[in-house]
Amino acid sequence: MDPLSWGEIIVRILYQFLPVWISMFVVFTASITFKRKLGLYGRIFDSTVGMIGFALVTFWVFTAFYASAFDLIATHDPLVQASGMKNKVPGTPLRDAAEGAYAFYLLGGDNLARDVFSRMVHGSAIVLSIAPLATLFGYVVGVTLGLPAGYFGGRLDTILSFLANLILAFPVILLFYLLVTPEIIATGIPMYMAAVFFIFPLVFITVLLNSRYKVLPHIRTPLLAVVLTIGIWIYFSTISESGRGTFVDFWPNALDLFNIPGGVLVVFISVVFVNSPTIFRIIRGLTMDVKSRDYVAAAQTRGETPWYIMLWEILPNVRGPLIVDFCLRIGYATILLGTLGFFGLGLPPESPDWGSTINDGRKLLSVYLHPALTPAFSLLSLVLGLNLLADGLREESLKD
Amino acid sequence: MARDDNYDGPILEIENLSISFMTRLFEIPAVMDFSCTVMPGEAMGLVGESGCGKSTVALAVMMDLGKNGHVVGGSMRFKGRELTTMSNEELRELRGSEIAMIYQEPMASLNPAMKIGRQLMEVPMIHEGKSKEEAYQMALEVVSDVKLPDPARILDSYPHQISGGQQQRIVIAMALMSKPSLLILDEPTTALDVTVEAGIVDLVKGLGEKYGTSMLFISHNLGLVLDTCDRLCVMYSGEAVETGSIEDVFDKMRHPYTQALFRSIPLPGADKNARPLVAIPGNFPLPHERPNGCNFGPRCDYFEEGRCDAGDIKMGPIEGDQRHDSRCLKFTEIDWAEPIQASQDVEDVVLGEVVLKVDDLKKYYSVSGSAFGGGEGKTVKANETLSFEARESETLAIVGESGCGKSTLAKVLMGLETASDGSVVLNGVDVEDVAIEDRTVETVSQVQMVFQNPFDTLNPSMSVGNQIIRALEIFKIGNSHADREKRMLELLDLVKLPRTFATRMPRQLSGGQKQRVGIARAFAGDAQIVVADEPVSALDVSVQAAVTDLLMEIQRETKMTLLFISHDLSIVRYLSDRVMVMYLGHVVEMGPTEKVFAPPYHPYTEALLSAVPIADTSIEKQRIVLEGDIPSAMNPPSGCPFQTRCRWKTDVPGVLCDKEVPPMRTLSNGHQIKCHLAQDVLDRMEPVIKVSEDA
Amino acid sequence: MGMFILKRLGVMALTALGLTLIVFYMTNLYPNLEKLAKTQGNFRMSETEVSTWLNNRGYTRPLLVKYGEWLGVLPGYVIEGTDGEVRARCAPQGQSVEDAPEYCGVFQGGWGYSSVFKEPASDIMWKRLSLTGFLMLCALLLTIPVALLIGILAGMREGSKTDRTLSTFSIVTSATPEYVSGVVLIAIFASSAVGLKWFKGSATKAMESPDFENFTLPVLTIALFSIGYIARMTRASMTEVMTAQYIRTARLKGVSFGNIVLKHALRNALIAPFTVIILQIPYLLTGVVITETLFNYKGFGWLLVQAAGNNDIDMLLGVSVVSVIIVLATQLISDIGYVYLNPRIRIS
Repeated sequence: MDPLSWGEIIVRILYQFLPVWISMFVVFTASITFKRKLGLYGRIFDSTVGMIGFALVTFWVFTAFYASAFDLIATHDPLVQASGMKNKVPGTPLRDAAEGAYAFYLLGGDNLARDVFSRMVHGSAIVLSIAPLATLFGYVVGVTLGLPAGYFGGRLDTILSFLANLILAFPVILLFYLLVTPEIIATGIPMYMAAVFFIFPLVFITVLLNSRYKVLPHIRTPLLAVVLTIGIWIYFSTISESGRGTFVDFWPNALDLFNIPGGVLVVFISVVFVNSPTIFRIIRGLTMDVKSRDYVAAAQTRGETPWYIMLWEILPNVRGPLIVDFCLRIGYATILLGTLGFFGLGLPPESPDWGSTINDGRKLLSVYLHPALTPAFSLLSLVLGLNLLADGLREESLKD
Repeated sequence: MARDDNYDGPILEIENLSISFMTRLFEIPAVMDFSCTVMPGEAMGLVGESGCGKSTVALAVMMDLGKNGHVVGGSMRFKGRELTTMSNEELRELRGSEIAMIYQEPMASLNPAMKIGRQLMEVPMIHEGKSKEEAYQMALEVVSDVKLPDPARILDSYPHQISGGQQQRIVIAMALMSKPSLLILDEPTTALDVTVEAGIVDLVKGLGEKYGTSMLFISHNLGLVLDTCDRLCVMYSGEAVETGSIEDVFDKMRHPYTQALFRSIPLPGADKNARPLVAIPGNFPLPHERPNGCNFGPRCDYFEEGRCDAGDIKMGPIEGDQRHDSRCLKFTEIDWAEPIQASQDVEDVVLGEVVLKVDDLKKYYSVSGSAFGGGEGKTVKANETLSFEARESETLAIVGESGCGKSTLAKVLMGLETASDGSVVLNGVDVEDVAIEDRTVETVSQVQMVFQNPFDTLNPSMSVGNQIIRALEIFKIGNSHADREKRMLELLDLVKLPRTFATRMPRQLSGGQKQRVGIARAFAGDAQIVVADEPVSALDVSVQAAVTDLLMEIQRETKMTLLFISHDLSIVRYLSDRVMVMYLGHVVEMGPTEKVFAPPYHPYTEALLSAVPIADTSIEKQRIVLEGDIPSAMNPPSGCPFQTRCRWKTDVPGVLCDKEVPPMRTLSNGHQIKCHLAQDVLDRMEPVIKVSEDA
Repeated sequence: MGMFILKRLGVMALTALGLTLIVFYMTNLYPNLEKLAKTQGNFRMSETEVSTWLNNRGYTRPLLVKYGEWLGVLPGYVIEGTDGEVRARCAPQGQSVEDAPEYCGVFQGGWGYSSVFKEPASDIMWKRLSLTGFLMLCALLLTIPVALLIGILAGMREGSKTDRTLSTFSIVTSATPEYVSGVVLIAIFASSAVGLKWFKGSATKAMESPDFENFTLPVLTIALFSIGYIARMTRASMTEVMTAQYIRTARLKGVSFGNIVLKHALRNALIAPFTVIILQIPYLLTGVVITETLFNYKGFGWLLVQAAGNNDIDMLLGVSVVSVIIVLATQLISDIGYVYLNPRIRIS
C-alpha cells in the first residue's frame, strides 16, 4: 500500500473525529438556540473568543469521552507496538495489518512503534479525567479554608495564610520531585495526604447542608444521614486500598467501590496540593471584599450562623470570578500534569498522557518531529481553549 | 484658535439634541429632543432623577460620550461654534480651557499617583503654553481662591492625603485654572457631608460671580439648584419637561412632573400626619420601555387617554413668562392652584411604654497604627456616654454626618458589637454585652434593621420570596413551609409589592422595590424596634416619599419604634417625634422635633440646619458655613468635640471649650444640649430658617 | 518601614525553617535513604547491609537531631562504624576526623557534601547558579520590555485591532508551557529534518561560550510564557486605568492622548504588573528547570533534577534553601516596590 498524502491524512483524521463533530454540532445548535435562557453559560455564545474557547474545550472533552467510554476515534491500541513502524512518518501503512484493523498510522509511529494518533486521543482521556477533578478538589479545599480565613480574620487567618504561603514558597518542580517518586509512594505519605484532602468535600457538604437546614430539624436530620452515609462510603472506598496495606485497612473489601492506582493518586494529590493555596488566597480575598456588604450585615442582624453567611450569602455571590478562575486553573492543572509527565514523574512510563509523550518524543526531536509535536499541539490547544473560555466568560460577566 | 473673549452671544445653545447609546442588541435613546440656552454669567440647573439623562447631556457638551454614545440629532453650539462636528484637535483645545467639568467623586477624578500641583499646572501648560514657574504661581493663586489653607503644602501632596471636601475644592481649582467660559458641575457635592457641601456651594457661587463663568449645574436636589442657579431645566426620562427661571419653575410650575416632584419632597410645611408627602405612583420607565406620547403619562394625575399617548409632544412656551417652556399638552387646562388632595386624615399616634433604654453607653475601638503594622495602637471613641430612651410607636431620629458614631450605635443595638460600657435595655432585658449569637430568637427578631444601600441590601443570588422565607425560618415563625409562604406573601402585601415578586431575583427590582423587600424582611419576626440606617438617602426623591410613607404606615399599624438614622434634616423634621443630634460620638442635642428645629440650638445643629438646602423660594435662610472638615474620630479635638468649627466659641469665657467636654443640660421639657454657652447667649439665637414675609 | 522589613524578614526565616524541615523530612524517609545507600554503595545490597551502611553514617538517628546538625545548632556526629572506620559529619571523605570542627551546619557556612558530585555542595551550587543566573537575566531582559510594551499598547485602546492582535499573541503564549514552546521552537528553528536550522537545539556549548546560535532558543523558551502572562496582566491593568474617572478628567482637561497614556495612565497601570513581574521570577525557576533539561544546559535547574533524582540530601537541601530564598526575597521586593510605586499606601 502507498503512504497517504497529507490531504488524505487530514480527511481521514477529520473522519475519525466524526462523533465529536456531531456532538459539538448538537451542543452548539442547542446552546445558541436557547442562549438567552441559559444564564452565564448562554452568554458564552455572545462572545467570539468565548465560543472559540468553548469549541476547543468541548472538542477535547468529547474526544476523551468517546475514546475512553466507547473506544471510538482512536485507530489503534495506544500501547501496542507494530513491527516496522518505529518513527515512521504520518500516513505510513502498516506492514501487514490484521483483518479489520486500521491500515495506517495516521500521524506516524513513535520510537517504540506505537500509533502517535491513538496515543494523543487516549492521552486526552487521562488529562481530562485528572485535571478538572483535581482542580475541583483544590477548590473544595480552598473554599473550606479560605471562607473562614477571610470572614473571621484574626489569628485563624494568620495561621492559614502562613501555611498557604509556605506551600507557595516551594518551587513547584521541587515539590513534585520530592513528592511524586516511587519511594514516597512506598512510604504511604500520599495516602495520608489523600485521607486529609478527601475529607474536605465531606466536611464541605455537611456544613453546607447543616447551616442551611439547621433551623428545620425535620429536614436536616434525614438529609444529613443520607448524605453522610454515601459520603463516608465513597471516602473510605477512595482511601482504602485492598491488599495494599495502607493505614486504612479496616474497610471491608465488599464495600470498597473502587481503587485508584498509586501513581495516579499521587499525581492527583500533588496537583491538588499545589493548587489549593492559590485558590485559598483568591477565596479569602473575595470573602473579605464581600463581607462588608449590607446583605451580609442583614444576615448577621437576623442571627444567622457564620457558616450560613459564608456558604449561602457570600459564596454564591463570588461565583463569577470563581468560574473564570476555575477555567484558567484547569488549564494550569493540565500544564502541571504535563510537567509531571515531562519529567517522567508519577504516571507509568508507557502512559499515553501528553506530558509523557512529549518527553518521549523530544529525545529524537531533531530528526523526527511528529511524536513530540502532536501531543504538544494537543496540550496547547486545550489550555488555549480554557484560557479563551475564561476570557470570554470574564468579558461577558463584566457586562451589565 | 485664539479664544474669543469678546463674544457676547449665548455661551451654549443646545437645540433638539438627541443622544443614543448603541448596544449589540439595540439602540437605547438616552436623551431626546433636548434644548437649552446658557447666557454669559448665567447658572443653569439640570434637575431630574437618576437615569433621566442629565449627566449624558453634560458629557455630550464635552463631546465625551464614549465608544457607544452618539449624537443622533440636533445641534450644540458653544459660543456660536458647532460642537458636534468638531475635530478631536479642536475639541482638545476647548476642553479644559473654555469648558471645564467638575465631577461627583472628587477622589476618583484626581490621579492618585500624581501630585496635586502637577495636575493643576498641567492645564495652563497645555492651553496657554505657560512655563513651569508661571503655572506654579497660577496654581498657588487658584488654590488660595478656593480657600484651602497652606496652598504650597497642598500642591506638594497626593490626592489621598487631603480630605474629601478639600479634594473637591482642588477639582474646582483645576477647572478654574484657565478661567473657562462654561463650567459643568455634575452632582459636585453628592459624595460629601452636608456641612461640607454648604461650603462648596458657597464657593462655587462666589467664584461664578468673581470669574463671570457660566455654569451648567447638574443635580437631583432641587434645594441645591435653588441655592446656586438662575434658571433650571427639569428632565424626565431623557426629555426636558420644563424649563424656565428659578422663580417661574418653583412658584409657577407648568408641568405635572415638576409639580409631583415638589409634592414628594419634605418641605418645612409638610407633616407626616396633617400634610403627608405625595409619592409619584409607578416606576421610572426603562429606556426601551418608554410609553407612546408623554413619557410621564402613565404616572400622571392629569393623564388623558387618546390625547397624551397619541404622539410626540413638543416643548411649548408659557404665555406671559420669559423663556419658560413646558412639555405638556394640557398645561393651560390644569388648575395649578388646586391644593393637594386631602388624603385621609390620620390621627396623631399615641406614644406607649419605653421599649429601649440606653444609659451611658460607650463604645471604644482599638485600631493599629499604620499599614506596616508598626506604630502604636489607638483608641477610637466611637460612642461617648450616650443616654436616651425610645417609646412604642415613637420615631426617634438620629442625625449626624459621617464619623459621628450613628452607625456604631446601630451595631451595638443590633448586637453586632458589644458595648464598652453602659447599659442597653431592650424590653426590660439587658443586652449591652450580649452579642447577636448569644441573643434569644425573640430578642433578635424584635430588633431589626433596614439598610441604606438598596443595591446591597438583598442577597443578589436568592429570590425575593426565599429571602423573606429564610428570615421567617430563622425567627421560627410558621410550622410548615406552606405557613411561611403564606406569611411571606402577606409581608409583600404589607410593603405594597405585588405577590408575583416573590419569584423575582433582586436584580429585576428597582431601588425602591428592593428597599421595600428589605423592610418586609425586617418585619418577618414582627420587629418592635426597627433601626433604619439612612433608608431613603440612596433613593430618588419621588421614591423616597413612598418608602418614607410606607414606614410611617407600618408604624401606625404595628406600633413599632423607629430609630431613623439620617443626615437629611428635611426628612427628619417631617417624620420624627424626637431628634438626637450626634457629632464625633457625642450626643450634642436631643429633644422633641419642634424644639430642636427652633432656637436655642446647639451651635452644630444650627450649622446643620443652615446647610440643608431647601427647595422653597419662600424660605429665607441664615447662611452659616462651617470652617474646615469634620475632625477624624481617631484624633478628636480636646474639650468640646465641636470647638474646632464652632462660631459661638468666642462667646464662652476663657478656654472652657478647649478643656472640658460640656455637660448635658436640660433647657426645657425634654430638650437637652451639650454646650458651654450661657443661657443669655442661647436666648439671643435667631431661627436659621424663616418663612419670608412677602410670600 | 524598618519595622515592616524586619517583620517580613522574621516571617521569611520562619518560612525557610519550615520548608527546609519539610525537605529534610521527605529526603530522610526510609525508602529514600535506602535508595541513597544503594546508589552510593551498590545496588545489590541486602536489607541488613543497607541498615548498617546507614547506621555507620548517622542516617538512622532521630530526624530533629540530624536537622539540628545540618543547621549547625547541634554538634556533628562522630560515629565509629561497625566496619571499624570512624566517620564524622564534619570530616568529608579524605579528611581526618580529628581535624574536623565540632559544628558544620548551615550557620557555620557548611552546606554539606554532595553524594552525587563528590564535591562540597556550595561549590557546585554557586557554579550552577551563576550559569542559571545568566540565563534568567537574559530571559528577563527580553521579557519585561516586550511584555510591558505589548500590554500597554493593547490596553490603551481596548477593542482596537492592535489590541486584538496583541491579545491573541499573549493569550497563545501564556497557554504554552515551556516544554511545548521549547519543542515547537526546536522543531521550527533547529530540526535537522525540516527546520530552518538557524539555531542549535542544544545549549551545552552555551555554558562556556554563549552566543546567538546556541543561546537564543533557551532564552526564548523561558521568555515566551512569561511575556504572554505579564502582557495580559499589564493589559488588564491598563484597560482598567484607562476607564478610570481621572483619565476622563485628564482628557477633559485637554491633555493629548499620548500624554494621557504616558503621564497619567502609565504609572498607575504599572503598579499591578510590577508585583506580577517580581513574583514571576520564582515561577521562572520551574521554567528554567524544564528549559535546562530540554536544552541540556547544566545550570541550577539541571542540578535540582540531578539532586532530586538521586536523593542527594545535602545538595537537595541547599537547592531548596536557595530557591526558597529567591521566592521570599522576590516577595519582599515586590511588597516594598508596591508600596513605593503606590503613593496611597506609602504615607498612610
